[in-house]
Formats: sequence, C-alpha cells, structure tokens
Amino acid sequence: MRLMMGNEACVEGAIAAGMRFFAGYPITPSTEVAEKASERLPEVGGKFIQMEDEIAGMAACIGGSIAGQKSMTATSGPGFSLKMENIGYAAMAEIPCVIINVMRSGPSTGLPTSPSQADVMQARWGTHGDHPTIALAPSSVREAYDVTIRAFNLAEKYRMPVMVLMDEIIGHLREGVDLPEKPEVEILDRKNPDCDPADFRAYEVPEGDIVPLMPGFGDGYRYNITGLIHDDTGFPTNSNIVAGKLCERLMKKIEDNADDIAQYEITDAENCDVLVLTYGGTARTVTAARKAAPDSGFRMGMFRCVTIWPFPEEALRACVRDNNIKHVIVAELNYGQIALEAERILKNDAKVWHIGKIDGDILYPNEILNKISEVIKHG
Amino acid sequence: MADSVMASDLVKKSFRVNKFPHIWCPGCGHGILMRAVAQAIENKGFDPDKVCIVSGIGCSSRAAGYMNFNTLHTTHGRAIAFATGIKLARPELHVIVITGDGDAAAIGGNHFIHAARRNIGITTIVFNNSIYGMTGGQYSPLTPMYDLATTSPYGNIEQTFDLPRLADAAGATYVARFTSYHVREGIKLIEKALDNKGFSMVEGISQCPTYYGRKNKKGTTVQIMQWMRDSAVDIKKAREMTSEELSGKFVIGEFKNRPALEYCHGYQKIIDRIKDEKRKR
Repeated sequence: MRLMMGNEACVEGAIAAGMRFFAGYPITPSTEVAEKASERLPEVGGKFIQMEDEIAGMAACIGGSIAGQKSMTATSGPGFSLKMENIGYAAMAEIPCVIINVMRSGPSTGLPTSPSQADVMQARWGTHGDHPTIALAPSSVREAYDVTIRAFNLAEKYRMPVMVLMDEIIGHLREGVDLPEKPEVEILDRKNPDCDPADFRAYEVPEGDIVPLMPGFGDGYRYNITGLIHDDTGFPTNSNIVAGKLCERLMKKIEDNADDIAQYEITDAENCDVLVLTYGGTARTVTAARKAAPDSGFRMGMFRCVTIWPFPEEALRACVRDNNIKHVIVAELNYGQIALEAERILKNDAKVWHIGKIDGDILYPNEILNKISEVIKHG
Repeated sequence: MADSVMASDLVKKSFRVNKFPHIWCPGCGHGILMRAVAQAIENKGFDPDKVCIVSGIGCSSRAAGYMNFNTLHTTHGRAIAFATGIKLARPELHVIVITGDGDAAAIGGNHFIHAARRNIGITTIVFNNSIYGMTGGQYSPLTPMYDLATTSPYGNIEQTFDLPRLADAAGATYVARFTSYHVREGIKLIEKALDNKGFSMVEGISQCPTYYGRKNKKGTTVQIMQWMRDSAVDIKKAREMTSEELSGKFVIGEFKNRPALEYCHGYQKIIDRIKDEKRKR
C-alpha cells in the first residue's frame, strides 16, 4: 500500500502501459504529472523533456510517438486550450498519444487551484473540424492508474489522441493504493507492417484491421505524414471524394467501436426514484449522497461514466428504459455540459435535471440530496 | 563527391518524382534550396531510412512531401517542436527541419530559440523568401524595412530579425547563411551543419518573384539572383569591411561553428548515471 496522489498514479499507469516519452509544460494543477515523469522516465530508459510552451509540449509528444515511443503530455485549463491545434493534428494524422488534462476552474486563468469539470465539451470539440474523440475520467487514485493504462491501449488500438480528463479533485487527492507489480490488463501496441517498404501504403487500412499500420520513423518505411487531407498513400490531395472518405473513416473508427470504448458503472438503478449521472471527482460526492439517500426516504441510483467520449449513450438509454427511470439528474462541476448530452440521449425517456457549480467549489452530498427532494417534489 | 552523382540520379534517388511537378511558382528559389539540402544529405552518405525531414506550414514546408525520406509536414510554426520529440525519442536519426521565414521566425520563433538554447541535434534550414507566399504576400519578420507587402501597403515599419545573430545568441552551435545564387557554397555549409552534433541553423535566402519581387519591383528571377550575387559579401571579407562599405549589402557564409554537448547526449548521460547508481545499490 502506497500513499500517492492521482497525478502520480497516472504516471505509474503510463509507465506500466509502456510510456517512454513525455513532453510537457508546468501548469497547476497538473504539474506533479510532469514532475513524476521527469523522475521516473530516465529510471526505465525513457525520456522526459520540459518544452518551452504548451503547444511545443503537444508537438514533441506527437513527435515522440512518430519516432515509435508511447508518448504522453499533461496540462490543465489554459494549457489545454493551447494544445488544441496539435490535438487535431494527431487526430488527422492518426498518431497515438495520451493527454492528461487535470481540469481546473475557468474560464481563462480562472481559479488555478480549484476543481472543475468544465473541459468536457472542449475535449470533444475544442480542436477545429469534425474529428473523433476519446476521453476518460477516473474517480479515484487507483482508477487514475487503470484509466491511464486504458488510455494508452485505446490510443494504440485506434491510432489517435486519447484524453484523460482528471479533475483537480482526483489529481491532488492522496489515497492509499495497491498498484500491481504488472498491469492486470493486456498491454496493446500499435501494429507494424512487415511488407516490402515499396508496397507500403501508409494510410491504407488492411483487411481485418481498424486502422492503418504504423511503423516508426527510422524503421525502414519512408512515408509521409501530414495534417492535410491525404489519400491512402499519405500524400495531400484536394479531392472531395478522398476528403469525404478519410474524414468519415476517422469518425467511424470510433462510432463503430463505441461499445469497446465505453466504460461505466451502474449502482442501485433498480427501482430507484432518481438516477444521478456523474463522472470523475464528483462521483465521490454522489456516492456519499447515494449511501445517505435511504435515510432521506428515497432510492437513488448512480450511473458513473468512466468513458466520457464517445458518450456511452446506449448504456445510459438502456439503464433508464430497463429500470423505468423518469428522472435523471446530471451532477457535474460545470454549467450543464453533459446534461445537454443526456437531454439529447433521453429526450423520449426521462426528464433530465442538472446540478453543478462554476465557482471553484465542489458539490456536497447534502446538495445532491436536496436536489433529489426538489425533483421528487416538483418533477 | 558532389560531382560523382549526376543531377538526374540525385533527383531520382532523393525525391518522390511521382509527386512532381511541385507547387512552387515559376522562378521561385525553393527548388534550388531543396535540391541543395538533398545534395548535402547525399554527400554525407546518410542512410535515407535514418533521415527525417520535418516541416511546418507555408511554401517552404511543402518541400518535405517531395523528399524521399521519413517526412513530416506539421502545423504552422511547430516543425522544430515536433522534431524535438523525434530526435529525443530516437537520437540516432538525422533530423532536418525545413521551414520558412514566417514559420521559423514569427509563429515558430519560440521553438527556434529554445531548440538552439538546448543545442538539440536538429539541422534547421530556413528558406527565407522575405514574405508569406502561401497566403499571398504578407510581410514577415524577415521582410526588409519599408518594403511593400499586402499587409504593409504603405511600407513595412517593423525591424527585421537577423536570423544568424538570433540563432547564435540563443545558443545554436552551427550558424550559416547562403542564397539560391550561392548554391555550391550552400551545399558545403549544409554539410557542415549536418556534421555538427548540436543545433544547426542555415538560412537560405530565396527569391519570390511572384509576391515579394513583384510588389517591390525587384524584377525578374534572373535580376533578383544578380542582386544576390552583387550584394552578398562573404563573412570573412565582411570582417575587413567598414559598416559604410557594408551598407546595402548582406553577409553570407559560416557565422559560427562551435560544437558543444548535444542535448540527447546529455540526457543519455543521466540515464547511464541512474543505471550505474542502481547497479551499485
């Protein structure tokens, strides 16, 4: 049993997943991720670099991955905004990498040391253009470790940037954790080609695969990577047909595999009066409220998303339908970002309510219970 | 060595000829500079599988796609930052950045000076055509003062960067400049830049007859290249000249060649030290 904070557990998870390259820039409240990475990476023969700015941190992280190393960066708030262009580059060029975003209170410089969950929509749509997104949100220190391993696996499997949306609550939370000697899940690596380099088509998806094969620069396959619309060979084109095909493939690789990516936890949904949908650090508040709910005279279920994007919509809809739930409260530290998503998903099934905060404070269990009473009374 | 490879053989070997014709305007100097880079790589005898060409956005940065190496066309200004990731993750690779005056000195200026400061083993070749060509002729940090551009219709009132001096001050260990007229000298300078283990910067002055040249009535490509021939002064000669004699001229040649510990070597020393300490424990 070791006492560690979420930010540290996330580095341990990354190293267990095979991360050997980290490029970043200091920013509260994610700085401990960089600090831990700078200490741990050389111990395992990996490399850490503190870049000159957030943009460079993201760029070098992608560069490390192109050179064949599993790569990661970490940031918060304003830094996440700055990384957006290059996150889109990684989505377009299909470069696996992991971005830890320890969410802090905004907008702008906001409250740098206070928690928030207000980057969930930025994670989805922050970079320009239509693009796929995978984002995961841990609710405990141990889960920060597990989710980071999963983030690397998904990044490698689907060849794209994967975001871990921690919040300051989990990032700075210290808990006693038992980390396994070896990861308890299979570690996935990108597939390398074994064909003659002359026959290699860098962006062609082989029969039976989800994504193109990815050799590292220096492996003997001299190919081109660009953020421009490109054909199967990796070279730019202005063809609308190729552009449509590529953009659709990028979206579909996630859409078609949403079930594989979806991870969530349903507790006490049977016969509940109200279902509370939540994620990340706020799930701890909701759990405390759920345990206290029977004393307040009602039954409360919880749907906790670990995968935020692609949103586990089938699972949420099924949970609500199967249990005949009429009221869903979304508890999150923002102005109602996932509540909008829930309204869209449940428009024919349940009434969606929202409880949140945008003042830098956390939600408290009694506030959840009061909201439930209000919903039961007026709903 | 340079003469042992015929031009057509070099082109066939070092370029993706099926991607030609290139997108550059007739008379543009970028093709000359790109060929100089390819010739220098060939002269060094590098294994093409171990050569990475990393570029940003702009006219210059389209070069990467035409060159038959590992090629990475990145985001605007960020080529050096991407290249830093590649080099540190795999130091055995020869990492060459091809960038432009706007890409390197404006939007990418921060990465330029910090890569120089770290002395990381990246060879940066700046194709300087004094203008943002891809977007149609806006002034860049290297557009001479009082010159015209689509965004300086009354004349550019901003001072220019002197890239070799900037790179030198920031810590680059090899610094040089040539022009598309002085291509033979340029090839030798790029070769020496490739020899340097640390951060090298070579500025290649290129002509843009379409935007910079036309806006500022610099004449035809031939006339611009004659101006390069007549106005460029080698640094050795320039050192003997007064500032009055140098007025209206610009300096080319090798500005600095002072090797120092390269960043990835420094990092490897840390890894080795930690391993050693662990073993002793």
